[in-house]
Amino acid sequence: MTAQLLSCTKVTRRFGGVVALDGMDLHLEEGRVLGLIGPNGSGKTTFFNVLTGIFPATSGEVEFAGKRITDLRPQEVYRTGIARTFQRSRLCLPLSIFDNLMIGNHQRLDHRLWFNLVRRGALARQVEEARADAIELLRTFDEPLASRLGDPVARVPMIDRRRIEICRALISRPQLLLLDEPSAGMTHEETQRLMDDLLLVKRRMARLTIILIEHEMSVIERITDRCVVLNYGRKIAEGTYGEVARDPLVRQAYLGLE
Amino acid sequence: MSRARGALAAAAIAAALALYAWTFLRAESQQALGVLVVLGVAGGVVATRTRVLDRLPAVPERVSQAFALLAVAALCLALRQDDFELLLVARVLIVVIACLGLHIQLGYAGVLNFAGASFFGVGGYTAAVLSRATGLPHLIVLLVGGAMAAAIGTLIVVPVLRTRGHYAALITIAFALLFRTFLEVNDALGGPQGLKLREIRIGPWRFNDPVEVGPFDGSFYVNYLALLLILLAIAWIFVQRLERSWIGIDLDAVRLDETAAAAFGLDIARWKTVAFTLGNFLLGVAGAVSAHMVGFIAPNNYSFGESLVLVSILLLGGVGNPWGVALASAIIVVLPEKLQVLQEYRFLLFAAMVVLILIFRPVGLLPRQMRRLEGLRGRT
Repeated sequence: MTAQLLSCTKVTRRFGGVVALDGMDLHLEEGRVLGLIGPNGSGKTTFFNVLTGIFPATSGEVEFAGKRITDLRPQEVYRTGIARTFQRSRLCLPLSIFDNLMIGNHQRLDHRLWFNLVRRGALARQVEEARADAIELLRTFDEPLASRLGDPVARVPMIDRRRIEICRALISRPQLLLLDEPSAGMTHEETQRLMDDLLLVKRRMARLTIILIEHEMSVIERITDRCVVLNYGRKIAEGTYGEVARDPLVRQAYLGLE
Repeated sequence: MSRARGALAAAAIAAALALYAWTFLRAESQQALGVLVVLGVAGGVVATRTRVLDRLPAVPERVSQAFALLAVAALCLALRQDDFELLLVARVLIVVIACLGLHIQLGYAGVLNFAGASFFGVGGYTAAVLSRATGLPHLIVLLVGGAMAAAIGTLIVVPVLRTRGHYAALITIAFALLFRTFLEVNDALGGPQGLKLREIRIGPWRFNDPVEVGPFDGSFYVNYLALLLILLAIAWIFVQRLERSWIGIDLDAVRLDETAAAAFGLDIARWKTVAFTLGNFLLGVAGAVSAHMVGFIAPNNYSFGESLVLVSILLLGGVGNPWGVALASAIIVVLPEKLQVLQEYRFLLFAAMVVLILIFRPVGLLPRQMRRLEGLRGRT
């Protein structure tokens, strides 16, 4: 039995009169891949936003790696080892691929004024190290992408933007990776390729824990160990994909079956 | 080989621009000036359309910067006896330094500051008070002018941080109006009549004495121009190093997407404050030099309209590109002074330019270049 990495107890988030997340309980062990599914507006992304401190929980407790992170600001949550992607790509389009990855690499870089403005030699060395690191990570995903480090993100196709977003989250070596619908806006075949990449990454970083929001059921079936189904902000089912797919409540609420 | 050719081409361009500037500044008749303006615009359009500048062999940026510096220095020497023309060049350099400050704020961190002239004025008034009341060395006075502008900037940084976009800009407008009213009613600072300042003195170097070095003699403005060129070179290197560093990426990330930046640990408030403070520092230093050079300051010099002019220079030049700032400063400062028909309609001209640029070339005359952090070692 491995230790709990993430424990959420009765996490609730209200927006005015709307209860976006209602008493969510979730426990996750290190190294697992958890799928988070449910219809639109069921609270999946809200759950990510609460975890990462963008919208603090109205009530409830979140514990991560033995530390209470309930009321931390997004910056502090990132430093505890949680990194995420966004449903709608939030890369900085005019910046290069390298610059975008370095935004994710923030906590490992030296941001002091003196270091950046005066100690240019030391800065150049840090840039070279970070660059080697970025190339190595990108290669895991896509060999050609690693050679385009200086290109603006605006010039690469959608699937590569997803890869860059995932790399931006991975480059700080987080313990927990939150993926918000990585297949959004991609073709079926592109989604399959992206999932191949993810499985590869998971094999290389065995201790990495992932929570994945996804509408594409084939993806959920293929890469998750366990699923949680949300509806109207409440958890209505939990189990392996096979189990939840057979659950009558889930079939009614989400899969649209009798 | 291609490197030598590139350097040669850069030198030729710098020389041609210096020659153009010299002809323009010396030209008296309005017809000749009109022809020069048309030539300049046509040259710019042809260069943009044919992408001739992109096709030239690349030169290290240090080389083009050195040539630009030499070109301005040569221009000043060629004009050494012409007080009015030298004053114009000096004002251009002051405005470039000031706008580099705004450029850090708006171009990098995305903080729109409509109180540029006010922080410029803080530097000027600080210099006036200090050099009247104390015997502080003038170089220190200039730096204190910048520091004072930065410090007063921190007074409004809190409301600026708590608001976003237009609302933050409104706070700077409020400050600009407040600042001017404060100057007008404050008798200790001369009220509406303003204050007089002495020349700058650095050791034995008296800035209001004509320059005489051997057979060479020139106007006293040459002193100020030499100082301004040094300050500009320092400010330029500072701004470029800032951009080409992790901090440059931080500022860009804050400007482009605050939510994503926060999710990756960037402290939004910290970086906005850093950019705002550094920018105000440059504005303050420029204001202090300007006050000493002109010898007189009054609230009217620091109106909200002047702040708008500074922002329009950024829009015209291309937000985020220091070369664009330099080009646009030259155009905005020199054009209305030389073309007398325009003088009355100065603000109308700026407004028309901004509208035209936003319609036809929203990225500005010289748009921002991609950052290349790789290979930093060889270039710094």
